[in-house]
Amino acid sequence: MLVYVVRRLLWTPFLLLAVTFITFVLGHYGPGDPIKVMFGERVNPEAVARIRHERGLDRPLFVQYADYVWKAIRGDFGESFKFRGQKIGELIPQKVLVSAQLGFVALMLSVLIGLPLGVITALRQGRWLDPVTVSTTLFFMSVPGLLVAPLLIWVLVILLHWLPSGGWGGLLDGRIIMPAIVMALPGIASWTRLMRASTLDVLGQDFIRTARAKGLRESMVQFRHVARNALIPIMTVLGLSLGTLVEGAFITEGIFGIPGIGRLAVDSLFARDYPVITAITLVIAVSFVAANLFVDLMYAYLDPRIRYR
Amino acid sequence: MAVQKTRIQDALEAKSRGPWGRAWERFRHKKIGMATFIIIGVLYFGGLFAPLVSIHSFTAQNLMEAKQRPSLKHPFGTDRLGRDQYSRVVWGIRTTVIITIASVLSGSLLLGVSLGALAGYFGGKMDAFLMRIGEVFLAFPGLLLTILIAATIKPRVVEIVRAFEDSSGIKGIVASGFVDYVVVFTALSAFSWVGTARMVRGQFLWLRSTEFVEAARAVGASTGRIIFRHLLPNAISPLIVSVSMGMGGVAGSEVILSWLGIGIQPPQPSLGLMIFDNFGIGNISILRNDPHLILFPMALITIIMFSWNLLGDAVNDVLNPRTR
Repeated sequence: MLVYVVRRLLWTPFLLLAVTFITFVLGHYGPGDPIKVMFGERVNPEAVARIRHERGLDRPLFVQYADYVWKAIRGDFGESFKFRGQKIGELIPQKVLVSAQLGFVALMLSVLIGLPLGVITALRQGRWLDPVTVSTTLFFMSVPGLLVAPLLIWVLVILLHWLPSGGWGGLLDGRIIMPAIVMALPGIASWTRLMRASTLDVLGQDFIRTARAKGLRESMVQFRHVARNALIPIMTVLGLSLGTLVEGAFITEGIFGIPGIGRLAVDSLFARDYPVITAITLVIAVSFVAANLFVDLMYAYLDPRIRYR
Repeated sequence: MAVQKTRIQDALEAKSRGPWGRAWERFRHKKIGMATFIIIGVLYFGGLFAPLVSIHSFTAQNLMEAKQRPSLKHPFGTDRLGRDQYSRVVWGIRTTVIITIASVLSGSLLLGVSLGALAGYFGGKMDAFLMRIGEVFLAFPGLLLTILIAATIKPRVVEIVRAFEDSSGIKGIVASGFVDYVVVFTALSAFSWVGTARMVRGQFLWLRSTEFVEAARAVGASTGRIIFRHLLPNAISPLIVSVSMGMGGVAGSEVILSWLGIGIQPPQPSLGLMIFDNFGIGNISILRNDPHLILFPMALITIIMFSWNLLGDAVNDVLNPRTR
């Protein structure tokens, strides 16, 4: 356990360095010379040299990178191209707050629907529910929200008038339901599939037979022994689901006009607002690394086979 | 005199067909596998021969005929500029075909197989180095790295291609939209090589220690011969499985990139662009008035993605010794 944790913790700083470096280089030098990107081709060379020096762009790449990261740690990501004078560091937290609320609801939906559905289908193997669930979940896993959202909007909003179609009113507003469903669908599908596979795995093990043999009630076997043990391997997916949520946020917030980090990213992509794109990527990638580290450590804590290796 | 086939003859025949013949035999009995195989075959064939399959030009506008419902003249209707939707869908599929095949060739097959083979065969420091690089790429969630690459490298690619145009005297590469294709499939390959490399590495690590490879080494086979004659052919069936399972995802990523405005640019046709044209950011009014405008591109890309995933499942059933 100790060796595993130490190795994991030692590797993380390198991972963070590499991830931030790739993001920095792509964001600042990917499109070409930053000054030309900022001011166009026809600027007088003296002004270019002066601005280059003022902004520290004449320093070596690694110095600029270190400077960028050092400022980023303290929340300073520079200025947006599109909104001159707007500090990106002030823009991001409020957007993250909106996306976090939406992501939280979507994650809750996918866990609360996916896990029970997975256990139930596994226990009903061989009846109609199982193949139906398996094929439906495969569909929602293979097709992105961009293709599911219009269908849902068409049915729920335009045909049935059940739900409002877009906008944002916070966590307790009805308008959160549609985007949350769209974002949750791939999650529900993957949680169901994993939980089903995991439950089937546990069902075949000896201690389940023992539990039944000693006369435990079937409901007790299913809750205490099957479901609880099936949950352990599922833990790893929690970290990955952050990735699904981010991908979903780009599309869903774009479609439904939700003022979150995904919408900001989409708008910046269209405006070619590179500093904002870079800052968003950096924030998301770093939180993804942190989430995966957390899950890995949790997993080691929960699963004795890793702990003692 | 009629010759009766015996079981033994059957068995001998099956054996003479070789492992691929037998795999095909098993595959032929999978209904879903065959159905999706045919669907994908038809769509890819249609996409490749788009100039012949389409009935109108995909750019020709006719404002007198804008936003028509499906009819005999325009089977999928027309969009708000009066362009024939059917022809645009066919050309859009062609883009999907080009992008999926190019990304698989460059990302999975070229990069993934060669790096995975290096890591798996030589092991040691080479392996550790390559796998750590792979981990760095996987540290970006979902499509994020792809989006970042596609969003940032385009001006630079245009610059390089312009320089090439100037020095070689060949004109019109930038204008032809070729650059967008390069940007999209570069971004997609940058992400997709990792999975393939890991898989090939795993296969090589295992095969390297098998007896037949040891025997080949004992009789003095060269490194190149061992890799190409003994290791690679044995790693091909998991490779086919992972490629066919990944194709749907690649197709979907192109659609998302184009929808986000960093993929294929108009006037080049793409299913993602067609969806964006009518169902853009924060604009859902199209669903109220003319849902058929996005129905066809969405249906087609959904069919392509779902078919690839089902096909991947079926191929996995046939080729994976554990599920067989």
